[in-house]
Amino acid sequence: MKAKQVSVFLENKSGRLNEVAQILGEAGINISAFTVADTSDFGVLRLIVSEPEKAYSVLKENQFSARTTDVVLANSPNRPGALSKMLKILNAEGVFIEYLYAFTMNEETAVIVIRPTNIDKCIASLEKNRDALLSNNNYKL
Amino acid sequence: MIWNEKIECASRDEMTHIQSENLIKTVKRIYHNIPSYRAKMQEKGLLPGDIKSVEDLSKLPFTNKSDLRDNYPFGMFSVPMSEIVRVHASSGTTGKPTVVGYTRNDLQMWAEVVTRALCMAGVHKNDIVQIAYGYGLFTGGLGLHYGTENLGATVIPISGGNTKKQIQLMQDFGTSVIACTPSYALFMAEIMEEMGIAPDSLNLRGGIFGAEPWSENMRREIESKLELKAIDIYGLSEVVGPGVSCECEQQAGMHVNEDHFIPEIIDPETLEPVPKGELGELVFSTVTKEGIPILRYRTRDLTRLNYQKCTCGRTLVRMEKCTGRSDDMLIIRGVNVFPSQIESVLLEMSETEPHYQLIVEREGTLDVMKLLVEVQEQFFSDEIRELEALRKKITANIQGTLGISVDVKLVEPKTIERTSGKSKRVIDNRKI
Repeated sequence: MKAKQVSVFLENKSGRLNEVAQILGEAGINISAFTVADTSDFGVLRLIVSEPEKAYSVLKENQFSARTTDVVLANSPNRPGALSKMLKILNAEGVFIEYLYAFTMNEETAVIVIRPTNIDKCIASLEKNRDALLSNNNYKL
Repeated sequence: MIWNEKIECASRDEMTHIQSENLIKTVKRIYHNIPSYRAKMQEKGLLPGDIKSVEDLSKLPFTNKSDLRDNYPFGMFSVPMSEIVRVHASSGTTGKPTVVGYTRNDLQMWAEVVTRALCMAGVHKNDIVQIAYGYGLFTGGLGLHYGTENLGATVIPISGGNTKKQIQLMQDFGTSVIACTPSYALFMAEIMEEMGIAPDSLNLRGGIFGAEPWSENMRREIESKLELKAIDIYGLSEVVGPGVSCECEQQAGMHVNEDHFIPEIIDPETLEPVPKGELGELVFSTVTKEGIPILRYRTRDLTRLNYQKCTCGRTLVRMEKCTGRSDDMLIIRGVNVFPSQIESVLLEMSETEPHYQLIVEREGTLDVMKLLVEVQEQFFSDEIRELEALRKKITANIQGTLGISVDVKLVEPKTIERTSGKSKRVIDNRKI
């Protein structure tokens, strides 16, 4: 499914990540997953949260540079080989990926967060190959 | 040696007489040939005939750098282009460069004042002078070049940069005088040390340093590291270029070639002349230039004038080393930098006004410029490569505008300290 990811610009300074976590925590926003992309001077924190729009506004109120970005959340079997299968399909369909990361829901299910160059094409490709992806059971889009 | 004793040692009365005669001619020339200045005079109800001597100088309107810019490129020239034999342009100013033009007579006059300056510095015809100022639109290289030739000394026109080659030629050619910016002199000293070359193995005995502010401390450092006598030379392209004034071997103030460039000191707030000997902004009127004569040009440099006769024998008025500026211009590695230039580069890249801070430091012997730019929402992309591309684009655009390198750092919003709403734009940490 299509979801909103929240991105935050962070300088590489100690304590900044915690500030974001604290602001979101105090606003009652749950973080499901996050990743940090960094360079020597700065980084971009990307978050999957319970209420992305609210997260965006509280971060802005606290003077962070933040934005929301559309990403694809694809459920996948929490099994060896499942990620490879998905990537192979996306590659074959010509879907380019800017970045991706993943988290597990439980022993059965993992969620892959994908930022493709073309969201709709990515979703269509996954839909089309639902059966193949589900052969390991438990696949949801 | 005094190059032009008659002028350089003239009595005050004689000098005033020369200046007055030339001022009267220049006012007429400008009034009749430069519409923008004529309009300024008319606004004050002034006619050329109202200026009868240097005493009347302060009645005249000022000329600012913006006047040159507004009349870009040749609007301030007072002769047809067929009379102009060369143009120079100042290193990056806000938006457009300031262009100056020289007639054949102007170039002759310029060579004369530079020759006087070299003689003040103790340079003579047997010297081998390595000119490591940039050659080109910048007045430094060519200005020194023709003055040195006029003196009859040997010129090595190496221009700036290529430090190892500079040092090699010093060794091989027996350079006795080096001309460059003071910070570049220190940089060369550092490289020499790395190369294991002792200064006493060279033939260097003098240095003509200018185009940026430097302190007495820096003078001592240069003199001890390069084992030479370090002389301060002053100039600006709007007036002529290097050679407007220069120290003599007494190193006690820079003698102004005041028969060509009349100096005044004004209060930058009230714009009134300050009492003799007091600190204020330096203003120049050129009274012999043909290409682009300029009256009461506000240099924005802060200094004071000393009319006492010098122990070297010269009576030319002396100006102190410039202690600062009456505007926000910075001189970084000989290049004039206005914070507004950086602002306009950033504005071109985004719709809203970006917050930035310029930090200038002296690392070792070279000035480095670091620019912090707040990543506001309009700049922020979720992708690292776009942020990196943004950083590179800011770097390239600023480098392209200013002509010097800058280290751009992206920072979070509101991290730059704001003073009463406006952020502190410039932090100069150089201890010069």
